Amino acid sequence: MGTGELSDRSIGFRTAEMLAAERQKRRRRSVIQGRVIRWFFILCALVSVLTTVGIVVSLVVQAWGFFVEVSVWEFISGTRWTPILKPQSFGVLPLVVGTLLVSLLAAAVALPIGLATAIFLAEYAPDKLRRVLKPVLEILAGIPTVVYGYFALTFVTPLIQNIIPDLLVFNALSAGIVMGIMIIPMVSSLSEDAMIAVPRSLREAAYALGSTKLEVATKVVVPAALSGIVASFILGISRAVGETMLVTIAAGATPKMTFNPLESVQAMTAFIVQLSLGETPHGSLQYNTIFAVGILLFIMTLLMNVLGFWIVRRWRQVYS
Amino acid sequence: MTTGTLRDQLNPRLSRRKSIGTIFFFVFMAAVLIGIVSLLILLGQVLLEGAPWLKPHFITNYPSRHPEQAGLLSALFGTIWVMGLVAAFTVPIGVGAAIYLEEYARKNWFSSLIEINISNLAGVPSIVYGLLGLALFVQWMAMGRTVLAGALTLTLLVLPIIILASREAIRAVPNSYRLAGYALGADQWQVVRSIVLPSALPGILTGTILALSRAIGEAAPVIAISALVYLTFIPTDPLDRFTVLPIQIFNWVSRPQDEFRGLAAAGIVVLLVILLSMNAIAVFLRNKYQQRPNE
Repeated sequence: MGTGELSDRSIGFRTAEMLAAERQKRRRRSVIQGRVIRWFFILCALVSVLTTVGIVVSLVVQAWGFFVEVSVWEFISGTRWTPILKPQSFGVLPLVVGTLLVSLLAAAVALPIGLATAIFLAEYAPDKLRRVLKPVLEILAGIPTVVYGYFALTFVTPLIQNIIPDLLVFNALSAGIVMGIMIIPMVSSLSEDAMIAVPRSLREAAYALGSTKLEVATKVVVPAALSGIVASFILGISRAVGETMLVTIAAGATPKMTFNPLESVQAMTAFIVQLSLGETPHGSLQYNTIFAVGILLFIMTLLMNVLGFWIVRRWRQVYS
Repeated sequence: MTTGTLRDQLNPRLSRRKSIGTIFFFVFMAAVLIGIVSLLILLGQVLLEGAPWLKPHFITNYPSRHPEQAGLLSALFGTIWVMGLVAAFTVPIGVGAAIYLEEYARKNWFSSLIEINISNLAGVPSIVYGLLGLALFVQWMAMGRTVLAGALTLTLLVLPIIILASREAIRAVPNSYRLAGYALGADQWQVVRSIVLPSALPGILTGTILALSRAIGEAAPVIAISALVYLTFIPTDPLDRFTVLPIQIFNWVSRPQDEFRGLAAAGIVVLLVILLSMNAIAVFLRNKYQQRPNE
């Protein structure tokens, strides 16, 4: 624009019409440029939609080859999972049970501790302490899961073996406990957000009626923030169901219909990794099997996430 | 009648309620401590086990069957490659999507579809992204098990993180700044480019760093793409095969010998040093630029 004005001045002979035409040309160029840029941004936003479409399409297409050979019913109701060994059997329930067992153990650790942490941060901790504690918990959330796997296998399992000597090297118990520690920050930060959103006036009303701090926290704040807290629980469990490296390293690779936490199990995610370690040829039945398990995993976590968001939206108390 | 204060006489259960309150205060504090103590034990254990293996050749050697010669050079460079490519892909796409949603989009079904979609994508397990990458990039686009396919997969994985962070940063730019730009005759793109983006830059950078640190810590999707390979070369172009630090660590953890467990711990130390310094930069940026301008 600067050079344009300069040349205008240096020529000096321009009718008003010429200037107007030039200005219009410039404006048209800027309109076109604006439109191109706008479309670029729309495309960027579309990438996220295309990702979802891509996930669904790639899972369904690849799993198609599997469900041609194994019926859906046999897959979801069978209780024997031996896809590699002969005789092959493709009942996915042992993997589902393995996943659920570890996730339930994780929930037993993470939900109470996460909620208590959130209550402490939201209701008790002075501002300065909270500003120190929150980043530390964020570090806990940022540690790669392969590190948690190492921790479960080389530290927690030997520790528990001191108490329960017949605990196997690979077991659901230590994987579940460490996974619980891993999702504490997720549960606590979402719950804390919900509690902080509860208006001060509710707390003050309860204090005015003579409540102690604990009573305010548990009888006023927690019920008022319940939708957010429940959502944080569901999202935390969903995270546990989809978690991969920790269960692969620490929980073992033996698909088994057991709810005994001392045994070695195999989670759905761990199976996918196990088959991915070797380069399974494209199109083989085994290759397609990981996509069939992937679909089930995707559906399970999607349902939980949708439920979590729905609870937040449906049951949120709106305070004006 | 002479024992206790007037308050105690009016409400005989008050002291009991108060002591229950004190007990629970310590229960809640213990819960916080469990998280923090676990973190300290984890870090201590890794340092203790890994320290003897952290020697210069651990960084400069390739993996080996002999633990005392093994190193993580190929994985380290694989991680650097992945980080560079993911940054190159996610920053324009993620920031572009955030600009669209905050500056251009009207409230309609299309923008709310994208918003719901992004929050759902953030909850999809990472291994599912690995399957997506395996089908889409490795197989259908015939990229093979290459750095490029891995980086594209991780790009899709961390895109929601960078979009959410950039949106927050853009939203925090006061509207008066934009109006001032328009008053000077700027069009929308000029306002976005020379007013909104510079003001939102620290927030966008913080989000980028956090997204990248998520990307280089992921093992599961990368295993689906790259498989567990034994590499003794550094990738020199995006179509080379590769491995990354978390996979190398996983490889060492899954061997039963103690020596390899030590190597795994040393690898974790290297990975955590990279991640924690990235996080420190992010926190520094956030604190340095967090003062909101006055409206």
